[in-house]
Amino acid sequence: MKNFKIFIYLIILFFPTTSYSLIEVDITRGNLNPLPIAVSPLFSDKESQLNLKKNLDIENLGLEIADVVKDNLKRTGLFNPLDKKAFLQKPNVAHLKPRFEDWSLIKAQALITGKVSLENEKLRVEFRLWDVLAGREMLALAFTTVPKNWRRVGHIITDKVYERLTGEKGYFDTRIIYVSEEGPKIKRIKKLAIMDQDGFNTKYLTLGNELVLTPRFNPTSQMVTYLSYFKNLPRVYLLDIETGVQEVVGDFPGMTFAPRFSPDGKKVIMSFAKDGNSDIYTMDLESRIVERITNHPSIDTSPSYSPNGKFITFNSDRSGYQQIYIMNSDGSGVKRISFGTGLYGTPVWSPRGDLIAFTKLHKGKFYIGVMRTDGKGERLLTENYYQEAPSWSPNGRVLIFYRETKTDDKGEGFSAKLWSIDLTGYNERLVDTETDASDPSWSSLLSN
Amino acid sequence: MNLAKFKNTFLVVLLSLLVSACATQTQKATKIEGQMQGDVYTGTDTVKYLADGVPDRVFFATNESVLTTKSRDTLRKQAAWLRKNSDINVVLEGHADERGTREYNLALGERRANAAKDYLMTYGISANRISVISYGKERPVDSGSNPLAWSKNRRSVTVKAN
Repeated sequence: MKNFKIFIYLIILFFPTTSYSLIEVDITRGNLNPLPIAVSPLFSDKESQLNLKKNLDIENLGLEIADVVKDNLKRTGLFNPLDKKAFLQKPNVAHLKPRFEDWSLIKAQALITGKVSLENEKLRVEFRLWDVLAGREMLALAFTTVPKNWRRVGHIITDKVYERLTGEKGYFDTRIIYVSEEGPKIKRIKKLAIMDQDGFNTKYLTLGNELVLTPRFNPTSQMVTYLSYFKNLPRVYLLDIETGVQEVVGDFPGMTFAPRFSPDGKKVIMSFAKDGNSDIYTMDLESRIVERITNHPSIDTSPSYSPNGKFITFNSDRSGYQQIYIMNSDGSGVKRISFGTGLYGTPVWSPRGDLIAFTKLHKGKFYIGVMRTDGKGERLLTENYYQEAPSWSPNGRVLIFYRETKTDDKGEGFSAKLWSIDLTGYNERLVDTETDASDPSWSSLLSN
Repeated sequence: MNLAKFKNTFLVVLLSLLVSACATQTQKATKIEGQMQGDVYTGTDTVKYLADGVPDRVFFATNESVLTTKSRDTLRKQAAWLRKNSDINVVLEGHADERGTREYNLALGERRANAAKDYLMTYGISANRISVISYGKERPVDSGSNPLAWSKNRRSVTVKAN
């Protein structure tokens, strides 16, 4: 994990001329006409190609980075990356000055070109985004990093392109922490795992000796809080991803669970169960001061802060059934916000602050949905046999969650997988993982 | 035979017909739902025994932590056995079925195990001989996705700690 902190130097080659941008991608609706975009393989000269092959054992790194970008764009559902077999212009020529007629002939509306080189053992990647119809450059940037981080370069390029074309921050240079699952349903082995948002670079952070659940990133994505059954005592833990150091949060005489960080990363909020009653507590990580936030003889759990830290949404069965509530961060002003038919759980505040995502159980089906913070405007995005635990992309446009399959009469056929869906309710996708997976948590943007 | 007598005989026949009809109905329902009453498991195929005649587990209705008459009977047997074996401590393991969110189910499992603990305590078992752990929906005994499997999984199991 020692290469977690990598520094990517950003050099702006040309300032984008924003005044006459023509291409715009609207991400507020389901996009039925994804924008045709050509991602030309990034070119490198003979010498760099040879050195890169020696360094990384990759034949054509420019092509690989272009594929990272292309696959990212495709998964958004907003772009339609064109088949490179149709490209007429060579990568090196295109990067200098595209022949726009050649690209509009294959119906590309936007074009990405670039160059890869190895300079003083550092990988240097530059790229340009072109508006094919207007015949203009929209963006040009260069990055320098250690060669091993070449996939991240592809993700950062995607973030820049996405931001330029949609007007919103991307979510590609991010990681997902989740629980990897193996073995039969009655004896699952669970490990903490972390991977890039596109499913690459999976690393396992625990060995599977004890049950682990519900990992969540801190705001800088360097720490994780999660539940571990270490020594058969279910407690909330902290894990420093870089150093691997783990520690228990607080000294509670019983189970602590459902942890999340506060938006400033200074506190962990969680449930503590005592004598059959679960209430919400916080612990300040520096002063170690524990505060009780709710005090009610019902189950209060799954707390999540609003992005400004002023409010907490949580899940309680104080009305007799599981419903969603909000309160001030000191526990005052508790107010129920879910009033629809069915049970509501796992509320998570959107990073934009305006919505709360949740799991709903109604008539034997599970839904992932969103509602406004006053409980109005409920929208159910997806229905299935079992799914829960949504986590927001850092730009608040995509939700990742996990889904379990129904077993057959013999109890066979169980699986747990990660899925993502756009806030629009469109673009539902299986997220690739090496093993079965559950409890995903999306990191913040790692660069910038 | 006077008319009143005839009327009575008729009623008796009618009633017995009704009763037998009900009996068939109940039998059918039991067959469909397996070994359940309401949605509480009443069967024995997952049950183990702490000692002869002392079942190790009690079952719950969906989203409930209320002890049924049968559960209380089981726990009284456990209490009697624990009183006789005062050197034995126990762990009560609370569980939920798979039809609930993970975090809520952890709390629910804890609530169920504590319901069992409270009952053992009213029958004279000291709190310091009982510890409680919730596994939520993490450790089902039946991997099925059907009401019978779920009913077996909604349970509190008393396990010897030493």
